[in-house]
Amino acid sequence: MIALVIRRLLQSIVVMLAVALIGFTLFRYVGDPVAQMVGQETSLQERAELRERLGLNDAVAVQFGRYVGDIARGRFGISYAIDRPVADLIAERLPATLELSFVAALFALIAGIPMGVYTALHPTRLLTRVFLTISLIGISLPTFFIGILLILVFGVWLGLLPTFGRGAVVDLGLWTTGLLTASGWKSILMPAFTLGMFQLTLIMRLVRSEMLEVLRTDYIKFARARGLTDRAVNFGHALKNTLVPVITITGLQLGSIIAFAIITETVFQWPGMGLLFLQAIQFADIPVMASYLVLIALFFVVINLAVDILYHVVDPRLRIDRGVEAG
Amino acid sequence: MTAIARLRRTIARVRDHDLWHDFTASRITVAAAAVTLAIVLAALFAPWITPQNPFDPAELDLLDAFTPPVWAEGGDWRFVLGTDDQGRDLYSAMLHGARISLLVGFASVLLAAAIGVTLGLVAGYSGGAVDATIMRIADIQISFPAILIALLIDGVARGVLPRDRHDELALYVLVFAIGASGWVQFARTVRGSTLVEKNREYVQAARVIGVRPAAIVLRHVLPNAMGPVLVIATIGLAVAILTEATLSFLGVGVPPTQPSLGTLIDIGQDFLFSGEWWIVVFPGVLLAALILAVNLLGDWLRDAFNPKLRKGVAR
Repeated sequence: MIALVIRRLLQSIVVMLAVALIGFTLFRYVGDPVAQMVGQETSLQERAELRERLGLNDAVAVQFGRYVGDIARGRFGISYAIDRPVADLIAERLPATLELSFVAALFALIAGIPMGVYTALHPTRLLTRVFLTISLIGISLPTFFIGILLILVFGVWLGLLPTFGRGAVVDLGLWTTGLLTASGWKSILMPAFTLGMFQLTLIMRLVRSEMLEVLRTDYIKFARARGLTDRAVNFGHALKNTLVPVITITGLQLGSIIAFAIITETVFQWPGMGLLFLQAIQFADIPVMASYLVLIALFFVVINLAVDILYHVVDPRLRIDRGVEAG
Repeated sequence: MTAIARLRRTIARVRDHDLWHDFTASRITVAAAAVTLAIVLAALFAPWITPQNPFDPAELDLLDAFTPPVWAEGGDWRFVLGTDDQGRDLYSAMLHGARISLLVGFASVLLAAAIGVTLGLVAGYSGGAVDATIMRIADIQISFPAILIALLIDGVARGVLPRDRHDELALYVLVFAIGASGWVQFARTVRGSTLVEKNREYVQAARVIGVRPAAIVLRHVLPNAMGPVLVIATIGLAVAILTEATLSFLGVGVPPTQPSLGTLIDIGQDFLFSGEWWIVVFPGVLLAALILAVNLLGDWLRDAFNPKLRKGVAR
C-alpha cells in the first residue's frame, strides 16, 4: 500500500514537471517577454538591461528551475492583456468555476445513479426507453447547443431564469459564493444542467451496464434463492457492488468537468476560470494560458492520485491481488 | 474477367457477408447511415444545390439580413430557412458550413490516425524504452480532455503565427490541433494488436527469411491491426466534428468569413435575445443530427467487430 502511494506520488511529480516544462516553454519562447513588457520607445540597451535583470540570459535549466520555484509558491507572473498578477485573476475566478463544477457533478450523480438502476432493473419498460433515448441525445448534442436551447426556452421565451452571470454573490473573504442567495441558485440551474448533462449520461450508462453485469452473477442468484427480498438483493448487494467503478469514474470525471466548464462558462458568461482561459487564448496572453494549464494539470493529477488510492482502500480485492503478486 | 462480372461478384460477396446481415438487421443503423450519407452528399455538392455562395461577399445583401424562415411572418421564398446578420441565406450557409465541418473532421481524423497508427506500430514492434516513452506520453495526454489539448495547441499557434495570417491558416491550425489531440486511442489499440501479431508464426517466418522490420510491420502486421482502427476512426470522426464545432463556437476555430456549423451557432447566439432564433437552431439541429448519426454508426461498427457481442452467439 505504501509502496503504491509512493510510486503514484513520484509519477504525479513527473507529470507535473512535464506540464511545468510545457508552461515554461510557452512563457519563454512563444513571443518575447521583453517585447511584451516595454513600449515602442525603449532603447535596445534598456531592453538588454531588462533582459539581464529578468534573468533571461541565464542557462535554460536555471530559468526552468526558477519557474518551477515560482509557480510552487503561487507566483504565476503578470497577465499581458490585463496587466495584473495572474494569481490574483485566478483566485478571483476559481470559486465560480469550482462551485459550478461541484453542483454539476452532484446533479449528474443524483439523477444518473437512479436512472441507471431503473434501466437495469426494468430493461423493457417504456421509461427505460425514454431514459436511454435521453442519454443518446445527451451524448450527441454539443454542450454549447444544449446551453443555447435552454437559454432560448427558459430565458428568452419563458423568461423564467437569468441567462448570464452568477446572480448575487456573497463574499466570504477568500471565497465568493452564489449558493447563499436565491438569485445565485436561479443563475446556477441552467449552467449546472448543461455541464452535468454529459456526465449524467455517462454515469447512467455505466451504472446500467455494471448493474446488468452484477445481476447475472452467482451470488445474486444465490441471494435470491435464499429468499432475500428484491430490495435487499437489488440495493444491498447489486448496487453496492456497482458503486466502486461509479465512484472512480465520477472522480476522474471531476477534472473533465472543470475543463469542460470552459464551454458552459462561455455560453452563460459565467465569470470563472474557463472564460479567463478562453480570453487568454484569443489575445495570446501566454502567462494566463500557461498558469491555467499548470493549475488544471494539478487538479487532474491530485484527483487521479486520490481516486487511485481510494480505489485500493475501497476495494479489498485489489489489495489481495497485489499481496499474491508480491508474495 | 470483365469489370461488370467482377463488380457483381464483389456485390454478392458483400451481401453474403456477416457484416451486411448485421447492418440490415438494425433499422437504426441503416437510418444513421442514410442520414450520414445524405449530409455528406449535400455538403459535397453544396455549391450546385444552394442558391447562394455564402463565402462571396458580393452575393450578400445586408438588406436581406434577419429574414425569418419562410413559414414565419415576413419570410421570403428566396431564403427558405431565413438569413443571418450578414444577409446570408441560412440553408446555403449550413450546407457550406457542413462542408467545412466535415472537411476538418475527416482531415483531422486522418492526421490522428496517421500519427497514432505509426506510433502504435513503432511502440508495439520495437518494445523497450521506445515503447515505454511513447505509451507514457499517451498516458499523460489521455488523462486530459481532447478539447483542452486542442484549445492549447490553438492558443500556442495564435501566439507563434503572424497575426495577419491567422484567418488564412485557421483551417490548418484547427486540423493540426484536433488531429494531435486525438492520436492516443489509435496508438493504444494498434500497439495492442501489434503485440499480439508480432509473435504469430507468420511474422516469425517472415523474420526468419530475412524480411526487413519495416516491411514486416507495414505488409504483415498493419493489415491485421486495421479492423479496430476503422471503429476508432468512425467514433473519432464524431468527436472531431464536435471538437471543431466547439472551438469555432468558442471563437478560436474557423473565421466568421467562412463559417462552419459551429461558427454559425456562435454568430446566432448574439441574436438570441432579439428573437432571431433560427440562426442558432437550424445549424445546431444539423450538427446534432450529423454527430448522432456518425456516433450510431461507430457504435454499430464496434459491436459488429466484436464477435462476443454478436446477436445469436450464446453469452
